[in-house]
Amino acid sequence: MIDRRSIAGYDWLLFVVVILILGMGVLSIYSVTAASQARTPLYVKQIYWIILGWIVFLLMAWIDYHEIARFAYPIYALTLVLLVLVLVMGRSAQGAQRWLSLGFMNVQPSELAKISLLLVSAKYFSDYFPKKGLNLRQLLMPGGLVLLPMLLILKQPDLGTALAISSVFFSMVLVIGLRSKFLIYSSLLSLMMFPFLWQFFWSHLKDYQRERLRTFIDPTNDPTGTGYHIIQSKIAVGSGGLFGKGLFGGTQSQLKFLPESHTDFIFSVFSEEWGFVGILILFLLFFFLVLWGIEIAYKAKDVLGSLLAVGVIGLISFYFLVNVGMTLGVMPVVGVPLPLMSYGGTSMVTTMGLLGLLFNVKLRRFMLFY
Amino acid sequence: MRESYLPQEETRDLQSRIYWLFGLIILALFGLLLRAWYLQGVNGKFYLELSENNRVRVVETPPPRGLIYDRNGALLVNNVPSFTLYVVLGDMPDPASVLPRLADLVGMTPEEMTRRLTFKKEDPFFPIKVKDDLTMREVALIEGHGLDLPGVKIEAEFKRNAIHGILAAHLLGYVGEITQAQLESGTYQNIRRGGIIGQYGIEQTFDSIIRGTPGQKRIEVDALGHEIRVLEVNEPQRGDDVYLSLDLNLQKVAEEALGNQSGAIVAMDPKNGEVLAMVSHPAFNPNLLSQGASSHAWEALLKDEGRPLTNRVIQGQYPPGSTFKIVLGAALLETKEATPASRVECRGFLPFGNRNFKDWKRGGHGSVDLHRALVESCDVYFYEMGNRLGIDTISKYSHLFGLGQQTGIELASEKGGLIPSTEWKRQARKEPWYPGETLSVSIGQGYVTVTPLQQTMMINVVANQGVLHPPQLLKKIRDQETGSIQEIPASEGKHIPVSPETFRVIQNALAGVVSDPHGTATGSKSQLVSMGGKTGTAQVIGLKGGVHGKLPDKFNDHAWFVAFAPVESPKIGVTVLVENGGHGGSAAAPLAKKVIEAYLGVAPSLEPEPMTVKSPAPPPPIAVRSEG
Repeated sequence: MIDRRSIAGYDWLLFVVVILILGMGVLSIYSVTAASQARTPLYVKQIYWIILGWIVFLLMAWIDYHEIARFAYPIYALTLVLLVLVLVMGRSAQGAQRWLSLGFMNVQPSELAKISLLLVSAKYFSDYFPKKGLNLRQLLMPGGLVLLPMLLILKQPDLGTALAISSVFFSMVLVIGLRSKFLIYSSLLSLMMFPFLWQFFWSHLKDYQRERLRTFIDPTNDPTGTGYHIIQSKIAVGSGGLFGKGLFGGTQSQLKFLPESHTDFIFSVFSEEWGFVGILILFLLFFFLVLWGIEIAYKAKDVLGSLLAVGVIGLISFYFLVNVGMTLGVMPVVGVPLPLMSYGGTSMVTTMGLLGLLFNVKLRRFMLFY
Repeated sequence: MRESYLPQEETRDLQSRIYWLFGLIILALFGLLLRAWYLQGVNGKFYLELSENNRVRVVETPPPRGLIYDRNGALLVNNVPSFTLYVVLGDMPDPASVLPRLADLVGMTPEEMTRRLTFKKEDPFFPIKVKDDLTMREVALIEGHGLDLPGVKIEAEFKRNAIHGILAAHLLGYVGEITQAQLESGTYQNIRRGGIIGQYGIEQTFDSIIRGTPGQKRIEVDALGHEIRVLEVNEPQRGDDVYLSLDLNLQKVAEEALGNQSGAIVAMDPKNGEVLAMVSHPAFNPNLLSQGASSHAWEALLKDEGRPLTNRVIQGQYPPGSTFKIVLGAALLETKEATPASRVECRGFLPFGNRNFKDWKRGGHGSVDLHRALVESCDVYFYEMGNRLGIDTISKYSHLFGLGQQTGIELASEKGGLIPSTEWKRQARKEPWYPGETLSVSIGQGYVTVTPLQQTMMINVVANQGVLHPPQLLKKIRDQETGSIQEIPASEGKHIPVSPETFRVIQNALAGVVSDPHGTATGSKSQLVSMGGKTGTAQVIGLKGGVHGKLPDKFNDHAWFVAFAPVESPKIGVTVLVENGGHGGSAAAPLAKKVIEAYLGVAPSLEPEPMTVKSPAPPPPIAVRSEG
């Protein structure tokens, strides 16, 4: 069932890349939380999450992706139900309703939404594959499929996940292509519609989200409030210089000037302690990861596999780029984790699952019968 | 399994645009890498500085103030270690439960504690001083409860300590935290909020010499402002020591002499203006004020009817009474309005206008010349002569003798007193001067007021035969860094246009006041020293203001005595004022005698040879009293 050649190739290198990125994350979490007196230090917990992540990776790689895609629509329906439920009776944290209590555990349906949108988009586009690019009519159905959960997630509100979901859709659309005539018309139309869309978008944001966008444009506007994150993060990264301040040497993170240092701002911690050289190495590793994914998408057996791979790359890249952009002060603070590095089980398990799905596509590319 | 067969072209169709996605991601990665380079490579130094500013705080350590010595090197004011209790509210998770327990440990009420803490609120990590001068027991109790009392700090600090407490309190003064107004005034350089400066007396006047330079401590703090570790210490530098002209032993004698009475005693060296003793009673305890008295204690001091915060020597303005006759006598001889032989018939009163101006002696003194008029303090003589001189001549000579104007002593808020003139009356009262008023002024009553220090100026001029030295408090400064001593040159003497012959006559008469059996201070004649002086008895009744409130003997006259000794070559000029003391001869002159005898080394003892032997120290006055 699994082709030996794939393991025999340079895939082991890929595992090394992923393990290295994971290691950098654990090291940075260790650095900022070593002083804490918790019984189980956070970096140890993160290692547990990584182990769980690998199990999910294997699971997602094991089951044939065609098999998984068969359940795309039921999973999608379930996601919608859960998203509605979470709005009605969800547990709220920090002003947003994202969690659903199942009695024994809490689940975050928006995480499931990422996977199910990936599956349902890939499934739909592969079933109705438009050869000469998409036109408006062909875009309506999948667009609706994406928009529905997106709006529900925006309502929670969780801007980061909503945008992440759209990134899956847009990377697929980019790869499938649009008809040139439609491309021109739609760009004109969206240009005209932009003020109204913006109005709609802005009026549906919560106050703290608007504040974040405002301070993104001018952080000094509110240096102790929302602007504080951006300013302190820039100071942390910048003060790292070329070679960084070394492990435990990052004063910004060690002395807690940097908020949320082990979760959303783990990249600032890493950059402060390892400098530009560290960033260069991390970017190189990530570049290999993307390259590996692109190759899988390129050489995939079928459209479904190719689109799944594209979606996974789009999603992980979105998280990586938006998070790094945020910590470098070139994107608003939307509160998305850095894949494979930020502390947190949800992000870890989801990311490893997505990578598993990618590997799944690779494993099945020489299969003739299924 | 689903059967949709996917032809190879379809994936090929995708393949071309997969590079688009790849390209987009690479582009974004490259953009972020440029941004990182911009932050770390281009602006790395700038951000490193910002991060240093974030973590490093510069904390000032207050310098110990310079010491204050008397003229002989006896220590008057020093610094002693004390423990101060601070509360950092930002470090106190549950003030509601911690504060009452803390209050209990240091013997405060919870209300008192909260009142202290609600007063400054801007920065929760600013340590607020809650109590000074903890006892060792309190320190032990708090240290013992350390873990239960988060946000509570004990700091070892120096507190200002006047060794003799209340002695010379008005002269030495006290220190205190710089006030908002002082901060804004711009007179104080290099001092921050919370800094300690001299607020009264010597401490205030010579603050810039005594204060010293604060040290600096560079500490690393976390985002909450907690001190993590000390990076660099720059020790504070103690201020320079000062040596005053004050003579501690003489000051003790003077303080003891005045005792519980309200009043003032000043002793100066007429040759150079050095202030040897300066007493003002009632006084305050400078140590209580230097260590941050409670608002309660302050209020009590301000409301006290004895006005303990007033330095009577420079701020008390009293009518000079008969001591003023010295000025008139000199003016008479200088203006040739009278010769020493000129006589006036004193019948006990002088009719003038439509009223009789009375002499203090009912039957009168008979026919008196200037000498007798001064010795017996005949009022009628000076009514007559004062009228001849006229108010403006009296005014002119008063100013020459240092009255009615600030002496320029290096202490804050000196009062000027008042010497009236026709010009003054016209401007201040919008009235002409009435001749009858000249008669009141001639015996030191009416509008005329002077301070005890001005009186000392006057007697010094007489003692010094016309050379006036402004008062001087500082003798030398010891530089803390080099240890070198800087002597302060004596103040420049000013010759006043009065002939030595005049002073000879006046000095003779003043010696007679004490030595002549008819003299008004004959009871204070010293067996040991020759001294000259003049009594004064200033009437309180009819004074505007009525500042002496509800004291039982508030209508009693103020007693004056101004003196110098030895007559042959004066070494000391003394002024004694006893508020509501009655007669100058009985209430003030004996005190002046004590001071003079103590200074000239002829303390009241069985010592048979006066003037030649200087006893090393006067006998302890308290011991003498307990024996008696």
